[in-house]
Amino acid sequence: MFPELNNLLNTTPEGAEQGKLTLLCDAKTDGSFLVHHFLSFYLKANCKVCFVALVQSFSHYNMVGQKLGVSLTTARERGQLVVLEGLKSAVDIFFRPQEEPHPLQFLREANAGDLQPLYAFVRDALEPVDCGEAAWRCPVLLVDDLSVLLSLGVGPVAVLDFVHYCRATVCREWKGNVVALVHDSGDAEDEESDVLLNGLSHQSHLILRAEGLATGFCKDVHGQLRILWRRPLQPTTPRDRSLTYQYKIQDKSIFCCEPSSEPYSL
Amino acid sequence: MAAAGTCGTGTRSTGSMVAAASTNNVTSFQRRGPRASGADSGCSRLVSIAGTRPSVRNGQLLVSTGLPALDQLLGGGLAVGTVLLIEEDKYNIYSPLLFKYFLAEGIVSGHALLVASAKEDPADILQKLPAPLIDDSYKKECDEDVCSHKMEPDIKMKIAWRYQLLPKMEAGPVSSSRFGHYYDISKRIPQELIETSKWHGFFLPEKISSAFNVESCSLTPGYMKLLQFIQNIIYKEGFDGSNPQKKQKNILRIGIQNLGSPLWGDDICCTENCDTSHSLTKFLYILRGLLRTSLSACIITMPTHLIQNKAVIARVTNLSDTVVGLESFIGSEKETNPLYKDYHGLIHIRQIPRLNNLIYDISDVKDLAFKLKKKLFTIEVSQEAGKVVWYSRLFNSS
Repeated sequence: MFPELNNLLNTTPEGAEQGKLTLLCDAKTDGSFLVHHFLSFYLKANCKVCFVALVQSFSHYNMVGQKLGVSLTTARERGQLVVLEGLKSAVDIFFRPQEEPHPLQFLREANAGDLQPLYAFVRDALEPVDCGEAAWRCPVLLVDDLSVLLSLGVGPVAVLDFVHYCRATVCREWKGNVVALVHDSGDAEDEESDVLLNGLSHQSHLILRAEGLATGFCKDVHGQLRILWRRPLQPTTPRDRSLTYQYKIQDKSIFCCEPSSEPYSL
Repeated sequence: MAAAGTCGTGTRSTGSMVAAASTNNVTSFQRRGPRASGADSGCSRLVSIAGTRPSVRNGQLLVSTGLPALDQLLGGGLAVGTVLLIEEDKYNIYSPLLFKYFLAEGIVSGHALLVASAKEDPADILQKLPAPLIDDSYKKECDEDVCSHKMEPDIKMKIAWRYQLLPKMEAGPVSSSRFGHYYDISKRIPQELIETSKWHGFFLPEKISSAFNVESCSLTPGYMKLLQFIQNIIYKEGFDGSNPQKKQKNILRIGIQNLGSPLWGDDICCTENCDTSHSLTKFLYILRGLLRTSLSACIITMPTHLIQNKAVIARVTNLSDTVVGLESFIGSEKETNPLYKDYHGLIHIRQIPRLNNLIYDISDVKDLAFKLKKKLFTIEVSQEAGKVVWYSRLFNSS
């Protein structure tokens, strides 16, 4: 996790809030650093994490996690982390037909129906077990990322249904958190992506949006991070709060600063 | 369709031009530690494979694209286990060159090849590959422009005189054979190199029969057959580590030409809302899954300028690892622009993956142009073009 980002979000692993849906969004840039941040954050916070990794292989997340101070292999062996590797499973499902239902079995079907098997997988992975062993703090579902599901033929409404079910079970029933990454297609006129993004934005408590700079590529600033707090959990706080920072990603950390009012000199 | 040639790494005829370069003594250089791709989790020692080198940044295994200039722009080379997507130029004149360079580099390095095309027989594609240049003839053939930035071989190094003995053009730790070669487009690759190489061809019209029975899974039959073919080769030849004791490890280079064109049975280039709109993206996802679990690298050329639906292009870009776009000046207003007169087109590096890392090597230079000379395809920084592009953005609203 990035301590700088924790400061901006005003959280610590010990005092992480529960029952929240966090939406990670990127536009014209790569927002995967946010996924790595939250993955290591919740592992350090001693939460039970179910990670649906659809975009990269497990070893990729593991190597970045080691730079951020967590070992995913150790967490997996301990039972703290359950990973669904999308790329590896896709090959298994596609070429070796399975008898029992697989979370990603919609890949074999012509009309991808709904994501019920995936929801069942998440539910089984995060169900709190009362048997006196090391109790994890709260269950967390992390998805990287939901836009890939659209590319694989699942409709946006089905994805929204899946998130809704997960929120009802993980956030409400088990007081856990859900974090998901969605790509904003911007001016690519991707209607399905817009439906998904708008639908999730309305449901989220916290939105982190990584945007590429409007002026184009810059060596010193990789992009702009917008943080939007919505649906404050205390009824006394009147309205949504929003902050904007510019960031630069370094090898093991991230450097954030207030956006300067002067235009960058070329 | 597969040629019954012997494995390339083992036997080399002494008359072959690049025999000297690629049969250097295999060093005992072995890398420990986890690798990004490759399925042998049980084997932590990686014997160096010909034609590969570890990345300077994170030890990721890289292969050359066949164009050393492009390797540099991509941060050292193409990572094993990833997809390089080439967005074709408008009349498909220059993208086949990059495709051929990739395959030729595979033959010269002794890698196995898998060539898939719906338009041209893979055997014919291999016949037309460019001939590799060995060091001496390269220095004679190329112009001063290309050589000017290289070090003069006559300058004697006084203090670091030992470095003079090292081969030039190597920027990182050296694997067992040379990384990246130069090719002469005006000559064909020697027949004996093709015959000693191991290649597999997939020619769509031969694989698809009219009465085709496949369970529907929203992939067009062409893509389905291609995926099964690739998976079959990877499994049978052991690129995914399924036969660990069989023979020395090798890389499989996969080349797919004109993916997404109507010849593959996909109408994504014909209409805006087509029924099989998810076929191409599903194919790319499963292909990437296959690549990540095996020692292979893939180049795909795609006529993205024909795809009507911009959302699909964005999705395809997100599903690929490295994306390079070619924009040729033929037929556009830039052809008569005096500032572009030395070049044939622009090359855009649209996406570079961050693998095992939070950051990646990205070159600062964004205005790159390419030029096809009589024997070489070169990529250069177009300083003038940078200014022109900025001005044209100012005055054109689109």
